[in-house]
Amino acid sequence: MIESTRLTKRYGDTVAVDNLTFTVEPGKVTGFLGPNGAGKSTTLRMILGLNTPTSGSVTVDGVPFSHRPRGLRHVGALLDAQDVHGGRSARAHLTALARGNRIPPARVDEVLQEVGLAKAARRRIGGFSLGMKQRLGIAGALLGDPPVLLFDEPLNGLDPEGVLWVRGLFRRLASEGRTVFVSSHMMAEMEHTADRLIVIGQGRLIADESLQGFSARHASLGVTVDTPDLAALEAVLTAEGASVRRKGDQRGRVTGLTAARIGELAHRHRIMLHELATHTSSLESAFMSLTADSVEYLAGEAR
Amino acid sequence: MSTMMFSSARPSERAAEPAARFVDLLAAEWIKMRSLRSTYWVLALSAVVAIAINVNAVHSDLTYIDRPHPPLPGVPPFRYDPLLHGLGSIALDVLALAAAGCGAITVFGEYATGMIRTTLAATPDRRAVITAKVALVTAITLVLGVIVSVTSFFTTNAMLASRHVGLSLHDPGCLRAVAAYALVIPVCALIGLAFGAVLRHATASIVAVVGMLFILPMLFGGERYRLLKEIGNHLPLAAQARLALNPGGHTSLGAHPATITGSWIALAAWALVSVTVAVLVVRRRDV
Repeated sequence: MIESTRLTKRYGDTVAVDNLTFTVEPGKVTGFLGPNGAGKSTTLRMILGLNTPTSGSVTVDGVPFSHRPRGLRHVGALLDAQDVHGGRSARAHLTALARGNRIPPARVDEVLQEVGLAKAARRRIGGFSLGMKQRLGIAGALLGDPPVLLFDEPLNGLDPEGVLWVRGLFRRLASEGRTVFVSSHMMAEMEHTADRLIVIGQGRLIADESLQGFSARHASLGVTVDTPDLAALEAVLTAEGASVRRKGDQRGRVTGLTAARIGELAHRHRIMLHELATHTSSLESAFMSLTADSVEYLAGEAR
Repeated sequence: MSTMMFSSARPSERAAEPAARFVDLLAAEWIKMRSLRSTYWVLALSAVVAIAINVNAVHSDLTYIDRPHPPLPGVPPFRYDPLLHGLGSIALDVLALAAAGCGAITVFGEYATGMIRTTLAATPDRRAVITAKVALVTAITLVLGVIVSVTSFFTTNAMLASRHVGLSLHDPGCLRAVAAYALVIPVCALIGLAFGAVLRHATASIVAVVGMLFILPMLFGGERYRLLKEIGNHLPLAAQARLALNPGGHTSLGAHPATITGSWIALAAWALVSVTVAVLVVRRRDV
């Protein structure tokens, strides 16, 4: 469990994190979303005690993380896969981390196996691809078998197989009752992983709700249609209870009906369709519009 | 689906955390240092080079001892100083530079790569982390200094014994000279470590520590102003030179000479201030 209370970080006149209050609960994957520069990394660093808050506080399982003498058994973190010394082998890197936390060396081989780096264990990290470094970072986070895990943009540089593996890993860690907090600037990444979303923009909290709640509230699932007889189709669809927003002479955006149903109706009424496309990135665009004008949105929400 | 199913072993039933021990951090830092080949190669190589410089210097001197220059009027007759040549300043500079670089790199190496965030996330007790680094760097460079100092002293004086000018450790000032020649090495390493911690940048740290150890003394070399001379006397390598001075030799200390006690205190103070600065900046700053 991570609890942040009025967390604020200022750098001179710039406010990186502004009065952020949220709770990250165990047993769930919580997505931490925001555009670049929203303050995600700064927040994660404050959780880990790497940066000191200007005001406010954040605790992990009730204790400020910086009060722990050793950290790996409490929080496993992958902040930046590049935060390693390229001159060391993967095993030496993990062995040093494990030794400082009194974690038995056998655990190093376990986590290397788990992330698929067992064969590269003796190679210098400097020669690793970004994806391999991400795997190494995840191995480091798993070393202490911690109840809380933080990941900052963990999917960067991973191949499609790696992305699937990481998603499965996050789901498994959460199902084991752990707190899993994953930052991303891509809604699409979180759509398939997170149970809950915390969205920030310009350092401020924009949304803190379940993924379902978020999509119900913000994502207008839509279907784009392109037809030479838009007026006729509009009449048919409106009669079925859908709403159509025109986007030109032939194009319209339909909400309230699935693409399959629209196709059926068009077929039955002999209306020719040139295009029929479901919007798969509707959450992404909801997220984009939400964060683009986060300030106005916040004033309306009075959070 | 099985999303509500919690794995039995974790995290509630995990074994209790073992007590945090400083020795584990020392071991971790040792693993880090050992796993970077360049560090110990540079240290080992500079030790060999330093010993070789001292041995070669004395070896070359054997000719002058056998055939001394004819005495000049007004100049005291030639007397060979085994301490000045056998524990030479050039060899010491080589070793001091390597030690200072080693001290600096153990800290700036972490900041420059970002490794420090991984390190401090694993060990939030920052004071313990930097203290472990200090302890390890001190121990390794002390061993290095002792090896070079003792080997140089005994080898060169064994060579000189054949010319009946060799000294033993029991002769006046010799033990002190050997000790100071060894001890200044960890002091230089700690100064390097402090610069590394303050500047956190490779080039800046190295330039700063070279300037501090080797360039700064040139600005305090004169004797006209007592204050400047005394500052110069208490710079690390100058303090070492005073302590390694052969009491039976000819070398003049000039005006405002440093005392033995003052020089020991200066070395201790450099070490202490360096450690204090390093601990303070590492604890206080965001990473």
